[in-house]
Amino acid sequence: MTHFSAFSLLKQALNGHKGWREQWPDSQPKAEYDVVIVGAGGHGLGAAYYLAKEHGITNVAVIDKGWLGGGNTGRNTTIIRSNYLYDESAKLYDHALDLWDNLSQELNYNVMYSKRGVLMLAHNVHDVQSFQRHVNSNRLNGVDNRWLSKEECKAFCPPLNISPDARYPVMGGALQMRAGTARHDAVAWGYARAAAARGVDIIQNCAVNAIRRGPDGAVIGVDTAKGFIRAKKVAVSAAGNTSVVMDSAGLRMPLESFPLQALVSEPVKPIFPCVVMSNTVHAYISQSDKGELVIGSGTDQYTSYSQRGGLPLIEHTVAAICEVFPIFTRMRMLRKWGGIVDVTPDRSAILGKTPIKGLYVNCGWGTGGFKATPGAAHLLAYTVAKDEPHPLNAPFTLERFTTGRLIDEAAAAAVAH
Amino acid sequence: MLLIHCPYCEDTLPELEFTYAGEAHIARPADPSALSDEEWRDFLFIRTNARGPHYERWRHIGCGRFFNALRDTVSDRFLMTYKAGEARPTLTNEAAE
Repeated sequence: MTHFSAFSLLKQALNGHKGWREQWPDSQPKAEYDVVIVGAGGHGLGAAYYLAKEHGITNVAVIDKGWLGGGNTGRNTTIIRSNYLYDESAKLYDHALDLWDNLSQELNYNVMYSKRGVLMLAHNVHDVQSFQRHVNSNRLNGVDNRWLSKEECKAFCPPLNISPDARYPVMGGALQMRAGTARHDAVAWGYARAAAARGVDIIQNCAVNAIRRGPDGAVIGVDTAKGFIRAKKVAVSAAGNTSVVMDSAGLRMPLESFPLQALVSEPVKPIFPCVVMSNTVHAYISQSDKGELVIGSGTDQYTSYSQRGGLPLIEHTVAAICEVFPIFTRMRMLRKWGGIVDVTPDRSAILGKTPIKGLYVNCGWGTGGFKATPGAAHLLAYTVAKDEPHPLNAPFTLERFTTGRLIDEAAAAAVAH
Repeated sequence: MLLIHCPYCEDTLPELEFTYAGEAHIARPADPSALSDEEWRDFLFIRTNARGPHYERWRHIGCGRFFNALRDTVSDRFLMTYKAGEARPTLTNEAAE
């Protein structure tokens, strides 16, 4: 693996940039692996990296039916934050935030993590009370979050309309300064390159058709488009398609898959310094380093695997953006797309063991999986390697839907799911 | 925008006039207190989440009534809609194509 540095860049520049090598090989499957990870998104690739780096397990394959990072990793609005209400969630997402801090250095790959701050707007008394409760809860958990008056919101984000005449006037906001954005593709590529350098096979364009179990019920491998691959352990990290993959092992999941849409505008000069989310009018927005406004919408009301979603939702989202930021009413939108998010009944993830020996699952991240990428990957690797959950992901079991010990971020959510 | 046929109004109307109401044909338990934790989990939380033809409930805001639909979740195409209370229709090859 070529080490990326200012020196290597200079050397290649003098060489006409003709010496750059591929960043990871296009692997073909071997007959057997210690661990097979289904799904080559940020979570799956990251888990392979941490398995190799922290647990010394390098006989690992990451298998994807498409290209790596082509699912929700490449389809989100790149927002990173950890201001969740409940203790379990705040600790989980803050663990991810801790890992984001040094991710570029750790992977020797610039993931462009930018702590530009995430501002959540309050438009009514309920919002104010709910967000102040979030701020207080977060601070008790040692999670960065603070309350801003509407004038402070305007000072932090100048394009914001705080006029009292607005249909949904801004009454203040909760600001997590440690939150921000990162380059989503670079996260997948960085983990892929670092994992491959440690011996992990990344097998793309190879659908996993079924998980195969032996006579004793334990997992023995996966049936794929390129034949049977034997595996001692299988970890499923397949986002919207998790239900389908788990079904093949005979395990029905508490998941529903919905399209979640996003869109970007034409690129403009830097105008928008932070990330702003508004739950009441339902929109979130930031500006990419390319200059495009990146706008997130909500989930469609119906389950789907279409990776498209309907236009009414886009219209609703753009109306909300124009309400909060009248300055953008004449911006033209370039393109929109959808990703398929797997949503649990309590809107918290499932990360841990399953009733089937040798089968692990990382799913249910719903509309917020990107921000958790390093944390989920790190904890999935721990769970697979040790065959027991890390204390941070121990509450996020599949069994909680039987015991009733839910982590109900659906009710506490700062944003509609 | 989806176009959805309401079997009561016998009219095909835009999605904005409808509300999605989850998977269809999940019967409320006859004797709830007799259920085990696992059976409650299955009733409350476990969903088919089919990739392909999916039986689901919709409500037409116009007439206020719930009905069932069979929709392909890959193409989002409606294969059929039918009134609430009618038996689950079996999927014919014709409808699947």
